[in-house]
Amino acid sequence: MFSVIFEQYNYAVVIILMMTGLYVVFASRNLIKKLVGLSLFQTSVFLLYITIGKVSGGQPPIIVETHGGDHALLEPVLVAAAAPNDAAAYAGQSDILYSNPLPHVLILTAIVVGVATLAIGLALVVRIREVYGTIEEDGINALDYHYNLEGTDE
Amino acid sequence: MDLLSLFPAWLLEQGPAFVIVLPLLMGAITAILPSRTSAWWVCLIVTLLCTVTSFGLLLQVYSEGTSVYTMGGWDPPHGISLVLDVLSAPVLLLIAAMAVVTTVYAMPSTIAEIEPKKRAPFYAAFLLCFAGLMGMVVTGDAFNVFVFLEVSSISTYALVAMGAARDRRALAAAYNYLILGSIGATFFVIGLGFMFMETGTLNMADMSRILAELDGGSRVAKVGFGFIIIGLGLKLAMFPLHTWLPGAYAYAPTKVTVFLASTATKAALYLLFRFTFTVFDPSYDYVIVVLTYLLTGVGVVGMVFASLQAIFQTDARRTLAYSSVAQVGYMLLGIGLATAAGIAAGYLHLLNHAIIKGGLFLAMGAFWYRFGITRLSDFNGLSKTMPWTMGAFMISGLSLIGVPFTAGFVSKVNLTIAAADKGWWWAVAIIVVTSVLAIIYIGRILLAAYFGSPPEIDGEVVKRNEAPLMMLVPMWAMALLSIAIGSNILDLGDFFVTASERAAALLVGSGA
Amino acid sequence: MRDPHVILRVISKFLIPFIALYAFYVQFHGDFGPGGGFQAGVILAASVILYALIFGLEAAKKAFPPSWIRIGMTLGVLLYGGTGVLTWILGADFLSYGVLAEKSYHGQHYGIIAVELGILFAVTSVMIAIFYAFGSRQPEPEAEDW
Repeated sequence: MFSVIFEQYNYAVVIILMMTGLYVVFASRNLIKKLVGLSLFQTSVFLLYITIGKVSGGQPPIIVETHGGDHALLEPVLVAAAAPNDAAAYAGQSDILYSNPLPHVLILTAIVVGVATLAIGLALVVRIREVYGTIEEDGINALDYHYNLEGTDE
Repeated sequence: MDLLSLFPAWLLEQGPAFVIVLPLLMGAITAILPSRTSAWWVCLIVTLLCTVTSFGLLLQVYSEGTSVYTMGGWDPPHGISLVLDVLSAPVLLLIAAMAVVTTVYAMPSTIAEIEPKKRAPFYAAFLLCFAGLMGMVVTGDAFNVFVFLEVSSISTYALVAMGAARDRRALAAAYNYLILGSIGATFFVIGLGFMFMETGTLNMADMSRILAELDGGSRVAKVGFGFIIIGLGLKLAMFPLHTWLPGAYAYAPTKVTVFLASTATKAALYLLFRFTFTVFDPSYDYVIVVLTYLLTGVGVVGMVFASLQAIFQTDARRTLAYSSVAQVGYMLLGIGLATAAGIAAGYLHLLNHAIIKGGLFLAMGAFWYRFGITRLSDFNGLSKTMPWTMGAFMISGLSLIGVPFTAGFVSKVNLTIAAADKGWWWAVAIIVVTSVLAIIYIGRILLAAYFGSPPEIDGEVVKRNEAPLMMLVPMWAMALLSIAIGSNILDLGDFFVTASERAAALLVGSGA
Repeated sequence: MRDPHVILRVISKFLIPFIALYAFYVQFHGDFGPGGGFQAGVILAASVILYALIFGLEAAKKAFPPSWIRIGMTLGVLLYGGTGVLTWILGADFLSYGVLAEKSYHGQHYGIIAVELGILFAVTSVMIAIFYAFGSRQPEPEAEDW
């Protein structure tokens, strides 16, 4: 039973990271710690995608220079992409096994999104700290208790 | 089509990309504009152009069928494609039109709510959010959905936080929204990861085709489906996952509240339609189980609980926010029915509710603008001090309840009939019960406004002080539209009903 | 006055130009191998951030004025979008680089270079913007907060 887990340890790592992140988000009352948990949670997804992209025995998805020339690198790719069903177009590069680059590209985007979210989150925490003087959720709720009962600020 | 020939061919051909690119680029330019009025003008012109384009695209889709646009000339499934069909085109037009309405309204409201030097960034963030929502609806690529979802969400967090100038609780609300929204988006992207494992593609049409070949796919597809449903559920405020919504709606600047209430959750709902019926299909056993037991269940429970919560709020904006959660329940019930009539009713309620809730929040913003009130107890005598605003509020409120000759009535009746057709009489009963609850929470406000007398300040009765014209026009447009749909004036009612039926036909037809 | 950070300052003064240079290597090598605007932008921003860490925010703001940030962000987005608009003007679909030159793959090449340059501008200025935004806040930490 354990051998299954060890053979697919990458998924185990993903799950552990994911659950740790989620737990931190929900369990901590400190706004910064919640953001830490959120980042951990998002990172686990990056790992999941990288795992998907790996083709066993495949090498990094950078075109290997098989023959010289100026556009020899670019041309077959473009031809292949333009006519995906044309088997002949793939002929020149079929002998090399590449890992799937698509998940990497996706994750690059997701990382940028994660950074943007984190930046906005931290900026919000800074503002909350300036306005409330605390970054503990309980403290904020206590400060707003009166307002929440009244229903308005005025 | 006669109208269609009025649009330039280029616009129709490149329209799907145009409606995303234009607000995105102009949003970037708006950020460095020196004056706030120019930012407003840019925002208005961009949203207007997008509305006109979306209208043209809608007509095109109706006359010529589904259109696929290839980004950068790379054919799907390898390239990113933008797909417009009868399901997405009406939502696209709705988002663009609501953007125009809120922008017109924003001229006076932002002056009261946003500090001068933050106004240009405010409009820039709004345009980004707008571009993201348009992208979510138009794109035919599943991962692209996530990107646009996050573009719109991240700018929404910033926009909600800008409400801090008038109420500091906006900060905490924006933070909560950020945490839950990010978790939702991350769940969605985990689901996409599993779907990519299963099918090896990210193009929605391709994914659907491969899934059908695999006859619903293995356990990986089921897990992926679960993650996608939960992720979207967080974004669209499905009942137990709705906790971010009341705060975000209540404390955001009015323009943002209106725009969020009428478009953001609707775009997420559109995605739910898209994923459950187009990418996946109710004929797979796990999908129909989720639809029948999960979505219907949380929809119905949400309708009752959120309506009850709405009744016990002291802040009128929170009342409306909880009512939004309840209304999402109606749409989920429509999806859960999984019959053509049910889907059509859910979709129709999606469109109608955007108009109704938009009108209500617009009026609510005007009350705050003039008197700074949001508390229910302050509504006494508002019909005398702001008769026109209160009038618009009343019409939209009645429409929310579902009084005959209003938009809410049409969609609720359709939903009831659809539920009865399927033999779900308990659902019919719950629709009636929640409508009664809606009468209570809207009625409380209306009673205070119409039968209370204006308060006295320093021994003087508060004088009549109507909202500015630029606020009145949008809210009356919403109110009149609501009546027009309900009473079928200018055939608008038929137009909406037909739109929803065509969307439902596409969804149900695509499965079998 | 003896400078307690003399080693840091001398080393980083020596390093910063190389970091920036490496950023440009990553940028312009991006169409042959791994690299591109995102990575290059972050590396370039890291050089400015290192400068700010060692010599102070004020000095960094003289070297890279905050007013450049908005311009950089906008310029980046406009370069990216502008490439797409250019392909529109040339009569193709959005971001069809192929029409930018006579031969399709030349066009792809030019298009990618323009787009990556846009990403470089945008990413650099955004990273620096985030750093400036948090760095220039006046902290008032109290004992019990930590």
